[in-house]
Amino acid sequence: MSQDNLRFITPHIKLEFKIDEKDFFIAGESASRVKKTLQQVGLPQDIIKKVAIIIYEAAMNVSIHGNHGMLRIYIDPEAILIETEDKGAGIPDIELAMQEGYSTASYEVREMGFGAGMGLPNIKQCSDELHIDSKVDVGTTLLAKVYLNKKHSLGNRG
Amino acid sequence: MKLSDIQKVLDAEVLCGEDHLYKDVLSCFACDLISEMLLYVTHNTIVITSLTNIHVVHTAQVMDAVAVVFVGGKKPDQVVIMNSEMSNIPLFTTKHLIFECCGRLYANGLTGDKKTTDSADVSG
Repeated sequence: MSQDNLRFITPHIKLEFKIDEKDFFIAGESASRVKKTLQQVGLPQDIIKKVAIIIYEAAMNVSIHGNHGMLRIYIDPEAILIETEDKGAGIPDIELAMQEGYSTASYEVREMGFGAGMGLPNIKQCSDELHIDSKVDVGTTLLAKVYLNKKHSLGNRG
Repeated sequence: MKLSDIQKVLDAEVLCGEDHLYKDVLSCFACDLISEMLLYVTHNTIVITSLTNIHVVHTAQVMDAVAVVFVGGKKPDQVVIMNSEMSNIPLFTTKHLIFECCGRLYANGLTGDKKTTDSADVSG
């Protein structure tokens, strides 16, 4: 799935959060706020949880590795698109980073209960489509899509 | 089990959420990794952990956990407790460690969530 295809959504609702370096609170806060919004919209619990997990993990990745960046959520009747964009160190080997257990997180991050190398695998497991574009010393863009219609849905969790 | 039963079984102190002790708990998940909690904690689950930071409460909120039990006598700071109280998530602390807590709860009929057990990859 190309990045252009993932950007298909003309959003009916758009939510945006700024993520500062080492702002370890914004991930949980944004996941919680988006969850409430999706509950108000009336979406099913399994979809809401998938989206919340993606947001939590992706936003934590930005605050841990990304220097600073943005989290954007686009909601339309067909799908929810979660986008993170950061100006961090980039991912030299995306395939390696996708492996469960691979981590470059600091001791400080591990002490908080993160950094076990499960972030990207969790995002993949909860996404129907996932695209990561990264350049070393430039930054990383992550696009994850969760379909609202079950016939399109491929995510493993729920 | 009710939360009030769990409080007794674990000799736990209630840090917040005393009004919610009537709630039912259907399963238990114990770990110190937030990513695993995000993936495996489900509705009506109680979380047992030695982590006391705000992420535990945020995760419990996001995943609709019933309550959180901190082991080894640990207590989170007041900000975490207030946040949890506002989210209607009771917090407990017990002197017992994770293994002892799990053993006591299992012996009293509480198990892990079946979906969690079934979906865990044990292939290595």
